[in-house]
Amino acid sequence: MEIKDFLDQDQKKDLLRFLTAGSVDDGKSTLIGRLLFDSKKLYEDQLSALERDSKREGHAGEEIDYALLLDGLKAEREQGITIDVAYRYFSTAKRKFIIADTPGHEQYTRNMVTGASTANLAIILIDARKGVITQTKRHTFLVSLLGIKHVALAVNKMDLVDYSEEVYDKICTDYKEFITPLGIPDVRFFPMSALKGENVVDLSDKMPWYHGKSMLEYLETIHITSDRNFSDWRFPVQYVIRPSLDYRAFAGKVASGIVSVGDEVLVLPSRKTSRVKEIVTFDESPEMAFPPQSVSLTLEDEIDVSRGDMLVHPANIPVISRHFEAMLVWMDEKPMNFNTQFYIKHNSNTTKARIDNINYMMNINTLEKYQTRAFNLNEIGHVTITSVKPLFFDPYQKNRQTGSFILIDPMTHNTVAVGMITDKTSAEQTHRITQHEFQQVVKGELLIDLDTKERRFNQKPHTLWITGLHGSGKNELAYTLYRELFHQGATVVLFDGKSVRAGLSRELDYSPADRAEHLRRVAHLCRLLNDQGILVICSFVSPDQSVRDQVSSIIGEDKFHLTYLDADLDFCRKNDKYGIYELADQGKIQHLAGIDMPFDIPPTPAIVLKAEKKDQHAEDVLLYLSQHKIFPLS
Amino acid sequence: MNVPSYHINNLRELEAESIHIIREVAAEFENPVMLYSIGKDSSVMVRLAEKAFYPGKVPFPLMHIDSKWKFREMTAFRDKYAKENGWDLIVHYNKKAYEEGVGPYTHGSKVHTDVMKTQALLEGLSKYKFDAAFGGARRDEEKSRAKERIYSFRDRYHQWDPKNQRPELWDIYNAKVHKGESIRVFPISNWTELDIWQYIRLEQIPIVPLYYAKERPVVNVDGNFILVDDDRMPPEMAAKAEMRKVRFRTLGCYPLTGAIESEADTIEKIVEEMMVVTKSERTTRVIDFDQEASMEQKKREGYF
Repeated sequence: MEIKDFLDQDQKKDLLRFLTAGSVDDGKSTLIGRLLFDSKKLYEDQLSALERDSKREGHAGEEIDYALLLDGLKAEREQGITIDVAYRYFSTAKRKFIIADTPGHEQYTRNMVTGASTANLAIILIDARKGVITQTKRHTFLVSLLGIKHVALAVNKMDLVDYSEEVYDKICTDYKEFITPLGIPDVRFFPMSALKGENVVDLSDKMPWYHGKSMLEYLETIHITSDRNFSDWRFPVQYVIRPSLDYRAFAGKVASGIVSVGDEVLVLPSRKTSRVKEIVTFDESPEMAFPPQSVSLTLEDEIDVSRGDMLVHPANIPVISRHFEAMLVWMDEKPMNFNTQFYIKHNSNTTKARIDNINYMMNINTLEKYQTRAFNLNEIGHVTITSVKPLFFDPYQKNRQTGSFILIDPMTHNTVAVGMITDKTSAEQTHRITQHEFQQVVKGELLIDLDTKERRFNQKPHTLWITGLHGSGKNELAYTLYRELFHQGATVVLFDGKSVRAGLSRELDYSPADRAEHLRRVAHLCRLLNDQGILVICSFVSPDQSVRDQVSSIIGEDKFHLTYLDADLDFCRKNDKYGIYELADQGKIQHLAGIDMPFDIPPTPAIVLKAEKKDQHAEDVLLYLSQHKIFPLS
Repeated sequence: MNVPSYHINNLRELEAESIHIIREVAAEFENPVMLYSIGKDSSVMVRLAEKAFYPGKVPFPLMHIDSKWKFREMTAFRDKYAKENGWDLIVHYNKKAYEEGVGPYTHGSKVHTDVMKTQALLEGLSKYKFDAAFGGARRDEEKSRAKERIYSFRDRYHQWDPKNQRPELWDIYNAKVHKGESIRVFPISNWTELDIWQYIRLEQIPIVPLYYAKERPVVNVDGNFILVDDDRMPPEMAAKAEMRKVRFRTLGCYPLTGAIESEADTIEKIVEEMMVVTKSERTTRVIDFDQEASMEQKKREGYF
């Protein structure tokens, strides 16, 4: 073959990225060595016209120590462990390959997840003498978690089981049984001996009962183009190109789907629409663009688009939400802390996010679920997350590009976790999200003991928490009480929704998850002030009993006095000064207790007040406070 | 669905990946710079940057760390290319050491490389307060690079700690750094040497003519052919010069970069030659033999 033809052909090849999972004992280095070095020889033989260097070293010599050829970093050689993913490159006449070599027993999950994130395919090695073992299951689970669609099970060391078809069949049967529930669409089996080169590059004559392809032939021919999502067009805007005042092109990589010139475009989050005027690249202006091309788009209309926005087709939009569930893999040495607000990077969007709840953890060896309170390195679990800005996403299994994200620690800036979105959070789950608070309350040190403070202030520093529907008269009561108590000499602080949301909770909305977070913050404020000897009055709708229970547990049950303003909806509507109910009726606001969200009547409130008897409310509460020696103490 | 029409070949896929990386850095860092070595890999990287922001101007400058011992043809090529393509070019060198006369012949390759390359680079990065620096390193070049990240994190002293690198998944890159810390970005990490040549051929990217074989005056030093590039070569050495048809597989400081005898005066012939040569690419760079795993050592110290 002429060199020009060779290059022309080479240039047309596509790229397959695959992962190899298995330990050195399984013959992984030998397999990679074979693929790298034997295929190179084959590849170069294509150039039969070329002069050969006769002194070139051995081709497939069994003396070659493949592990040495694959050797990596000095630090790792000294420690004798492999600490990272190594990327290796090789090419055959049909295809180019990038291997993500994920070795090692230590840190296995972290490495494998990293390697799998960019792979189209995974080769999982099994020692034919050992069969399907825990490690095989672990590798397979991680591969399915990361959404790899093609798995090649390499049953290696067949030479050590006398190339027995029976042994091989048994392993295949065992593996199929295990893999079925994981839903990996394409699984192939290869009996091989990497050491002897059987069925790696060439088909073996030692296993005439095997009628499939050799591993290399499989890698060369497997169809991967259709693994890409061509259905749902998603274009995260990376960068705005502005060579002049009247020209703006939106640069990005097509995450999924296909876009053509003239297509109608919806911009998220602004929801403005326009049409694609031109697809711009350095080389040409193509009529369409598809994944994973990096292009720029110009639009017909002058609309505001910036980095972090997403362009989509109006009839096919992703989920837009601040609340979602995801499988999370913890990548950091430092365990997770619920109080950390992380940076989340998702496509070209970076915002802050918190982990609201760990729904369950996954034991990757047994695939059993378990409960825990925090993530440690290499642990995997299902979580509920809330972000400060809404994200535009699809479930990871449907769209790898828009379903993946990383979490970055705000202090160390390390990438501490990576996640794959499973779904948006369902409504009934969000109200439980502050679960972890129950055991989290740690008392600060008391500089002056509580007795002394109580005597000085002549009060027991407790929290009076007023709950009730919007318009039931909570705030009037709270304000009256505050004035009365102040004038009678109490040291008292008042919180209501409006004042706290103006600052401390300003980024939170009225969704159940955010409402819970809002009240969690208030509860902590109450606790801090109570510790300082101060009486607190709170006025919040707080419709969820479970959230009220959590508030109570943060403040301390003995210090928490729940006051329920019992009012029916008609009363509240009449008493509604801001026209909130009207807006809710018109569908202009959501999440209003009593309308589109339930209000849990407290089962055991300390005080119940009938809304209609408005003039008596303050008196009743003051009486309660004095009877319980909360104020005045004496 | 007509799937085959959405086929993307390997070079276009690598190109798309590199452009995505370059745009991410431009969007997320305050003050990035592209390190320009004038070599073939740099030439590809520079073209990718031009593509990434087309039809706009590339929003960061090029910086060349001039050891003052580069081939003259490299310097000429650099100035011409930057001028013709509208690049903002910074040329930085270690002024103090240069004035003290540091060079490979007088101070040895190790001191020269350390002072005129590594230290000069760190000086240049600090001087302009760059928080991200693109480099044209590839993972298939050398063993210690096989595990390098695309975003390689460097501490306040520009040092690289192989044990303290961030996990890197999908195409989501962590751009958070504290003040003074920085990253090196390797947008062509996944390209192989063959890919680079293919791309240069396909895109007709100009490269320094030293890559092509030509009759040149060279001195044979332990099997490495050193070009007589200027009169700073010691006269007793230069006296041994002979004309040979040679080319360079990598470019650096002329006294430290050996040529190979070759007939390859086109890209096709270079590739042809490459396919039958088993020596790894870097063996013609003298600095790598200074000590075991020396590339890794240099990376730790702040060189790539």
